[in-house]
Amino acid sequence: MPNQSDLIYRYDGSFDGLLCCVFESYEKKEIPLDILLPDASQSQLFSGKVIPTDLPKASRVLASIPQKMGTSALDFVRHAFLTCLAQKELYILLFLRLGYRYGPSVMNMLTNDVVNTLFKAVKHLNRESHLLKGFLRFSIFNNVLVGEIAPKNYVLPLLVQHFCERYPEERFLIHDKTHGMGLVYQPYHSAVIPIGTLEMPEADEEEQMFRELWRLFYDTIAIQGRYNPECRMSHMPKRYWKYMTEFGSPQKNSPPKLSGFSGKLLSIPVRENLT
Amino acid sequence: MDAFEKLKILTDAAKYDVACTSSGVDKKAAPGGIGSAAACGICHSFSADGRCISLLKVLMTNICVYDCKYCVNRRSNDTPRTSFTPRELAELTINFYRRNYIEGLFLSSGVLKNPDYTCEQIIEALRILRGEYRFSGYIHAKAIPGADSMLIAQLGMLADRMSVNIELPSQSSLQLLAPDKSKHSILAPMGYIQNRIQENSRDIVKYRHSPKFVPAGQSTQMIIGATPDTDFQILNLTEGLYRKYKLKRVFFSAYMPVAENSLLPSLDTKPPLLREHRLYQADWLLRFYGFAANELLDQEHQSFNPYVDPKCNWALNHMDFFPVDVNRAPYDHLLRVPGIGVTSAMRIVAARRTTALQFDGLKKLGVVLKRAQYFITCSGKTAEGKKNTQTAMLRSLLSEKTLDLYHSHFSLPAQQLSLFDQPSPLPYHGRLSQNA
Repeated sequence: MPNQSDLIYRYDGSFDGLLCCVFESYEKKEIPLDILLPDASQSQLFSGKVIPTDLPKASRVLASIPQKMGTSALDFVRHAFLTCLAQKELYILLFLRLGYRYGPSVMNMLTNDVVNTLFKAVKHLNRESHLLKGFLRFSIFNNVLVGEIAPKNYVLPLLVQHFCERYPEERFLIHDKTHGMGLVYQPYHSAVIPIGTLEMPEADEEEQMFRELWRLFYDTIAIQGRYNPECRMSHMPKRYWKYMTEFGSPQKNSPPKLSGFSGKLLSIPVRENLT
Repeated sequence: MDAFEKLKILTDAAKYDVACTSSGVDKKAAPGGIGSAAACGICHSFSADGRCISLLKVLMTNICVYDCKYCVNRRSNDTPRTSFTPRELAELTINFYRRNYIEGLFLSSGVLKNPDYTCEQIIEALRILRGEYRFSGYIHAKAIPGADSMLIAQLGMLADRMSVNIELPSQSSLQLLAPDKSKHSILAPMGYIQNRIQENSRDIVKYRHSPKFVPAGQSTQMIIGATPDTDFQILNLTEGLYRKYKLKRVFFSAYMPVAENSLLPSLDTKPPLLREHRLYQADWLLRFYGFAANELLDQEHQSFNPYVDPKCNWALNHMDFFPVDVNRAPYDHLLRVPGIGVTSAMRIVAARRTTALQFDGLKKLGVVLKRAQYFITCSGKTAEGKKNTQTAMLRSLLSEKTLDLYHSHFSLPAQQLSLFDQPSPLPYHGRLSQNA
């Protein structure tokens, strides 16, 4: 079945919406050239076909994936949806079409271009979320832990379990600046909610002290005779440094102070979203 | 003395310990507690020397009654001395941990008063962490050689990993440089810990909730280049430790000159980083690639080839084993091919179930074709455009750095050289070994 040169799907950006595109593709026996969000910039060129999100259709597709190609494939597709791969929607559709055709062995078709591209994207996602489990830094304001990240992939859903199991008695917030989302937690509920901008209060004396102690430790633990900046950079790319305590200077490191948010970080949004 | 000075002194004194892994155990915080651990380990930062920082690596005290010649904390060294109290240390750990700076604590110590007293101090710090703070994060504790086995047993119930440092790779080297330590005083606690781990694993079969003894196993480290022990001796010792004591890791530490002593390399000696690197490569081959120590080195070849890695060296000396056909060869044969690692070998095994692999497909699987092409076939076919000249092979199998090393050392046309010759040891142990 050839790709139709002018066929564009538009979906609402949800995973269910994407599954409806898969449904449509099978129902109409067609493969779109691309699957875009309604507000994507190419909207002038092709009008595109708006695929409405229809939950019964989505759940039919969802149920079929583990049946036809195994649970690991469903898990894989869910992860693929979080990646920053360009045209990830189209790749997921093509992957699922391969899966319906070849069954569970699609997960082994690593030399197939579609499968390979998606595998690499998921690997990138997993690596980034693993690194951030370590590189994320919290500051403590009024006994609430607050951290900022700027990941390329949408890693927050992958961090939930890790941080909730690690700090079950704490209240914390992780702000993903790239995607404008936040993971909020208070014992024993978590939620991922949209957070546009977040203003941090000024660090108090205790917070400043521990930051200083950490910087001191960081600088002291390195062995001069083995100085190897390339090695450090390959393990810890520079884009992560911006939000890491050890690379801040004592004066500049206090996060940008803006009005209106002194210390009541979690009190309002969390309760509303934890129902 | 304030917290900053203490931390600086006790970090500075601990930094030559290599191990900083937080791997080997999976657990989550107990109700009302804090801390978890992931079996894969998590690095929280990397220091300017490129080493991972995962644990708060400090000494309980840098006061020491011993006088080991290679150690910064030796009794005779004129350096500021201080100690953490167990409570100070526990508080610092928790405060770092809450901010996600660290994965846990790596606690070692100089020997204050005597081994038992030192061990009790460490136990007290861990008791505060585990008991009062209900801390479930990773703790790596150093077993102090010479401490009572009851104390080692207590420590083992509190720590996730324990280590006893071999320090020097032979009894004679120990006698020379660490007169207060002996092979026995090091191996005894190591053997004791191993027995307890075994007993404990039997208990866990019987009683699911029996408390765990050192669940992440034990490790050790030794100093490379302070004594004349050869790579062959070191690698054999390493293999023995993995077999006999079931160690999780053996770490190597290139000797950094910290003391002027006629028995030691002079202070301006560069640390043998390339040698350390080769040992780690060989260590990986032992643990994940099914190699034995005597396959990599033997009585006649006691040192690693400085130009090519141990796996490549083995391949070049066993060309009769190759070519390996990627579509037929079993997994453990694939692992022997330079340019194919554990991940790519597993991918090959998975991918070839669905299709016959070709060279371009291998590239997608992450195989380093530049190296592997000389050792593999795809369903009987060899790589297209493969250059079989000595120069081309040299370029492919040597890394950029070692290629420079090779040329600067020989300064001869590459055609006349052979990788199969045993290289002279000069650049390996000498000044060129920096920047590995």
